[in-house]
Amino acid sequence: MYLLQFDWWFLLEKFILIAVIVTTALVVAMYSTYAERKIAAVLQDRRGPNRAGPFGILQPMADGLKLFFKEEIIPMASSKSLFILGPMLAMITALMTSAVIPWGGTIHIFGRDVSLQIADINIGVLYVFGVVSLGVYSIMIGGWASNNKFSLLAAIRGASQMISYELAMGMSLIAVLMIVGSLRLSAIVDHQIANGWNILYQPLGFLIFFICALAECNRTPFDLAEAENELNFGYHQEYSSMKLGFFLFAEYINMFISSVVMATLFFGGYDIPFVNEAAWGNHWWVGLISFSVLMLKACLFIFLFMWIRWTLPRFRYDQLMNLGWKGLIPMALVNMIITAVVLLALNK
Amino acid sequence: MTIWEKMYLPAIAKGMGITFSHMFKKKPTINYPEVTRPFSAVFRGVHILNRDEEGRERCTACGLCAVACPAEAITMEAAERQKGEEGLYREEKYAAKYEINMLRCIFCGLCEEACPKDAIYLSQTFAPANYARKGFIYGKDDLLIPNPKTEPEAYAKAKGTIGKEIK
Ligand code: SF4
Ligand code: SF4
Repeated sequence: MYLLQFDWWFLLEKFILIAVIVTTALVVAMYSTYAERKIAAVLQDRRGPNRAGPFGILQPMADGLKLFFKEEIIPMASSKSLFILGPMLAMITALMTSAVIPWGGTIHIFGRDVSLQIADINIGVLYVFGVVSLGVYSIMIGGWASNNKFSLLAAIRGASQMISYELAMGMSLIAVLMIVGSLRLSAIVDHQIANGWNILYQPLGFLIFFICALAECNRTPFDLAEAENELNFGYHQEYSSMKLGFFLFAEYINMFISSVVMATLFFGGYDIPFVNEAAWGNHWWVGLISFSVLMLKACLFIFLFMWIRWTLPRFRYDQLMNLGWKGLIPMALVNMIITAVVLLALNK
Repeated sequence: MTIWEKMYLPAIAKGMGITFSHMFKKKPTINYPEVTRPFSAVFRGVHILNRDEEGRERCTACGLCAVACPAEAITMEAAERQKGEEGLYREEKYAAKYEINMLRCIFCGLCEEACPKDAIYLSQTFAPANYARKGFIYGKDDLLIPNPKTEPEAYAKAKGTIGKEIK
């Protein structure tokens, strides 16, 4: 409809928004690699990177530069186009999720009402899940195209892990959707602003969602893909230089996006607790503040992810599968039923 | 296991608490190139050939160090001091060639103990890395301490902390 009207300003607005969000995601992911090393260091009484720039803050650039100049190796027996497609797909799917996230409310700027969301679609949550599950393809393609049986095994392992945890993740979310009554992400945030954050009503749901998010991002304790010593590395074993960088980078973007999704679904999105932002009107700075608030929440989650990574050991594969299928999925089902019963009792 | 233990979550929280508390602990690591850790007083590093106060070489090429060396790392050739070289060598005989093979040396310090002339000491520095094996055969120019008369600063640096014991 918008496109039929050919509202150029609308297009421009969306382009700027996309540029800003993608840049933010990339910068956050870049600095997550730095934060990861710094946090690992402080948690283990070390110093971490401190050579490149003051406190080592130029370390991500140095890492990127190094990856660019490393030798590019494409195995002879691999299928080249697929081999290159794998890391690309990983990056694309990681970034695509950001399209439906409400990064702030609607602000009034240059005489226009601009919504800080690239696409406010009715099926926001479904879209997120759809795109996230596309990430499995990048893993499978990466592992398959390498033409290495260890990569393939690792890819199968990774894919089955992602699929089984996606199930529990979706089920844990259904309870939230029952409470809110909408699949639209902006509606979920609005509902939380009006009625209090979902974490208050769905602590178990959040716990399940969080554990699944860890598994989805291949983070410890579910990072079998990175088990170099025990499992011969993962699906990206044959990758080198920037292509490997893309895979790893996509992992960090994934972590950032899933942090934002968690903040949106369970922690009120850009809402500041006990503050009525609506009373501030829709100035541009309100948008800035709400965006920063969401970023702050996301960063806290990223910190939590890293904190867990440097505390917990890795799961064994059968334990991982047991936890997914025999632990989380039944728990999510029970959570769903309890929510339904309570909602029924409250006659909503 | 009790139900509480089976849930794992309390144990996980406890573990996370432990790692979190480490954030505020003092770091035992040392910021190396800026801060160096002092070696212990008995550290045995690369050898130096010592000079006396006037800058003359102390070694008389007696060969006791080579005899004492269990790794047979030391080789030398003696020569006689000529007229006019009194400022260079302390005794009539001196080592024209003095080599220690650092690949053989086990840094036991027996050469230091054997020397009757206080001529050889194990300093407090490491032998730097090298690309070729022959780079590890240290000749006199590598070993000889700088002249305290002409290069007092370099001399003090080469002496390091061990210099306190060198007379
Ligand atoms: S330190 Fe020991 S092994 Fe090394 S040269 Fe002296 S006597 Fe030989
Ligand atoms: S270093 Fe000492 S022991 Fe060795 S030859 Fe010279 S004077 Fe003799």
